[in-house]
Amino acid sequence: MASMRDIKRRKSSVQSTQQITKAMKLVSTVKLQRAKGRAEKSKTYFNCMYETVVSMLSKAGDINHPYLKANDSSKKAVIVITGSRGLAGGYNSNIIKLVRDNEWNKDDLIIYPVGSKGRDTFARLGYEMGEDYSDAIEEPIYADAMKISNQVLDDFATGKVGEIYVVYTGFKNTVTHIPTRLKLLPIKIEDERSDDDKAVLDFEPETEDAIELIIPKYITSLIYGAMIEAVASENAARMQAMDNATNNADEIISSLSLLYNRARQSAITQELTEIIAGAQAIS
Amino acid sequence: MAEKFKLTIVTPDREFFNEEADMVEFNTTEGEIGIYAGHAPLTVIVKPGILTITQGETVRNAALHAGFVQILPQEITILAEIIEWPAEIDEARAEAARQRAEGRLSERNGIDIARAEAALMRSIARINAAKMK
Repeated sequence: MASMRDIKRRKSSVQSTQQITKAMKLVSTVKLQRAKGRAEKSKTYFNCMYETVVSMLSKAGDINHPYLKANDSSKKAVIVITGSRGLAGGYNSNIIKLVRDNEWNKDDLIIYPVGSKGRDTFARLGYEMGEDYSDAIEEPIYADAMKISNQVLDDFATGKVGEIYVVYTGFKNTVTHIPTRLKLLPIKIEDERSDDDKAVLDFEPETEDAIELIIPKYITSLIYGAMIEAVASENAARMQAMDNATNNADEIISSLSLLYNRARQSAITQELTEIIAGAQAIS
Repeated sequence: MAEKFKLTIVTPDREFFNEEADMVEFNTTEGEIGIYAGHAPLTVIVKPGILTITQGETVRNAALHAGFVQILPQEITILAEIIEWPAEIDEARAEAARQRAEGRLSERNGIDIARAEAALMRSIARINAAKMK
């Protein structure tokens, strides 16, 4: 049996770890609340944006705009949104798995990382890397999303890439987050078409030019939405992971206390036996 | 006064404005436009400029830089990527941005002309809006 001192030392080490995980849980709870608030606030904007784009595309059924069809390049731009820190359970590795384990051919992908965990992993695995936007994930603002969307749209226009995807963790509620792969370009009209009559609008300038101007804004808002959701998911995932860690620490502490008490008891018994034996020997 | 319409201005970060209004004016890619209630359904793209909201006797201004506007007879929704009230504008910074953009445009060597022009228009809109405080 381990000595009393060893057990005591281990117990105090687990206790201080537990204090850290508890604190981290509290921090991510606060951050999660904030991220959730931001996601709520931006919802109106995205709903309006979505409605407009749907109505525009349902009107523009047979328009042959470059944004609506794939170009010749077989390359795919993938915007990978991960965290910049670990200790969030499966949050980062789920995203990495989603990019790695599917029908995509590794050589066709160009990774545009947002979040250094994803960047480091894909660089190590030997993927072709595009521009790095990892700083943006700390505090996503709309201007960051604009920068990213300008970059990928440029690459799309020049034919460097033929398709654009974003891979992020969708936030459904505090306990459910879904790693999601979303195709940004080319937009499939059939998916977006609605039969809603209210949605029919006129455009000024003409629809073709309007597509040219509105689609980039639409893409930007999708990227921004993905970043905001990813931040909320990251903090929720970390909160859960830290909650589990705290509970596990509790379990370890209680089993260590049991061991400690047993060791203490047997030490006392042994001491008594020795004293009694010693007394008997003298008398 | 004629009938009012509902004016909603949203940005990705907040709901900027949500009230009844009599008239709203702003710059579009096709020119300046002023809208009363009962306008034909239309979607227009915003160009940097000043947004003017008229509510009875009060007139409010804001600097509107990018986005688009959905017009329905009783409801107007402005999806603004960037919009500011005059009080939120740092005039000195806008002035500096204007000079920088003008400097770039006058040199014209190897710069992104479209971007510099857009920056110039934005800074001018900001300065004009800030003067209306």
